[in-house]
Amino acid sequence: MYSEKVMDHFMNPRNVGEIENADGVGQVGNMKCGDIMKVYLKIENNIITDAKFKTFGCGAAVATSSMATELIKGKTVEEAEKLTNKAVLEALDGLPPAKIHCSVLAEEAIAAAIKDYKMKQGIDVSDMQTCQGCCGKCGETRE
Amino acid sequence: MDRKLIYVDHAATTYIKPEVLEAMKPYLTELYGNPSSIYYLGRESKKAIDEARSQIARCLGAQPQEIYFTGSGTEADNWAIKGAAYANRKKGRHIITSAIEHHAVLEPVEFLRREGFEVTYLPVDQNGFVNPADLEKAIRPDTILVSIMYANNEIGTIQPIKELAGIAKNKGVIFHTDAVQAMGNIRVNVMDLGVDLLSMSAHKFYGPKGVGCLYVRKGVQLEGFMHGGAQERKKRAGTENVSGIVGMAAALKLAYENIDRYNEHLRKLSSRLIDKVFERIPHVRLNGDRHKRLPGNVNFSFEFIEGESLLLMLDMKGVQASSGSACTSGSLDPSHVLLAIGLPHEIAHGSLRITFGEKNTEEDVDYIVDCLEEIVAKLRQMSPLYEDFVKRNKG
Repeated sequence: MYSEKVMDHFMNPRNVGEIENADGVGQVGNMKCGDIMKVYLKIENNIITDAKFKTFGCGAAVATSSMATELIKGKTVEEAEKLTNKAVLEALDGLPPAKIHCSVLAEEAIAAAIKDYKMKQGIDVSDMQTCQGCCGKCGETRE
Repeated sequence: MDRKLIYVDHAATTYIKPEVLEAMKPYLTELYGNPSSIYYLGRESKKAIDEARSQIARCLGAQPQEIYFTGSGTEADNWAIKGAAYANRKKGRHIITSAIEHHAVLEPVEFLRREGFEVTYLPVDQNGFVNPADLEKAIRPDTILVSIMYANNEIGTIQPIKELAGIAKNKGVIFHTDAVQAMGNIRVNVMDLGVDLLSMSAHKFYGPKGVGCLYVRKGVQLEGFMHGGAQERKKRAGTENVSGIVGMAAALKLAYENIDRYNEHLRKLSSRLIDKVFERIPHVRLNGDRHKRLPGNVNFSFEFIEGESLLLMLDMKGVQASSGSACTSGSLDPSHVLLAIGLPHEIAHGSLRITFGEKNTEEDVDYIVDCLEEIVAKLRQMSPLYEDFVKRNKG
């Protein structure tokens, strides 16, 4: 059902935890779809120096959180903003069709944390779109 | 395989007992005749089916001609529901069932609804019981069928079938029960219960997969299910699964002979698991009734964590268990049974079903509890819901 990489990131998730006084925090998902992801970012000089997560959800939800946080560490805010669910999927060697929405959720959790960071910095975020609660049904890969 | 494996998903399926396999073997090898053939090999197969039919009838307290073989429990459910509905549609088009039936009942009922039948779904209380007074009230002059499961596949709740069937009988309505989970765990007697139709499946009681049975009380109008040859008195065409039928009869006989000892064994394991989990893991609830449940069924909800993650981690430790009904995995919605007993989504998502069997031991239970304690703690450390809960309680 799951690739070896997914199982590795599920059994040994990277970056689990929270960051005290994080520069950006984002939470997405809801109880109805059964997945909630919360991402914490430490950002210094526009570089993401640390990323942590907490996730309630299935194996794929944990693995995508782990991989997404891995992928943005050390990147600039702008680079992290460009993270797509497709990149997370590829890094994990894919997910079963019913679990694709988990990778969308991971992308959205990162976007929500960056939005929170920008708001704290007083940057205009009116053009940023973040989904405030995955219905879990979209199941589409976004480019 | 060196891997340590603890199988605790007997509600999903069981292995075939050695005695059952031995009974089946001749009909898989040298006695392969088609039961419809008139020569020796055919007659031997026919004899084996007749004997199996009588054996099953004796166990159930039925007549042999009331036993019909099917390809699965699902087929028996489908046949009972569609067959009774179509044979009686001139009397009315109203069907009553419960909110917590297996999909093998809910889906054919939903199919009939789309075909123009009307359906009433009886609610259940927080332990999963149908209230007989609700059934009494729901029956209308045009009600033609009531279908309520004997024991629930997820939470093990055992319904008051005798009382429910009695209500239907008084109003002249056909009563079907899906006894797939009950069979082998409860001494089912159709005369005592007063049911008209009853479904069962061999692989739930140490028989082979791919064979089931429908009990049809004499006089009950039922449309045939498979159209073709004259097998099963022209009601269910298709060459009989001879070895499967023989295996089902052998398995049921063994189950009935050992049922009291088996129940005691299962109950001991279940109680040990429930007691130890409550002792060692906080924020957990037992779903279903503590006592009126299948003896080998335990269903927990662990707060703040999600069931699939729990299953995957248990699997890594060799524990083969289930979360809700395995048939529904792949869907995002939590179990309809857990929602029907009133659990909020977050608790329904964190459910774990353990169903014990013959070979499980107290050591298995202790190992499972050790695994659960470790895994639940690990997943809670990862859970934003648990984090919120801890912070709320500090404040």
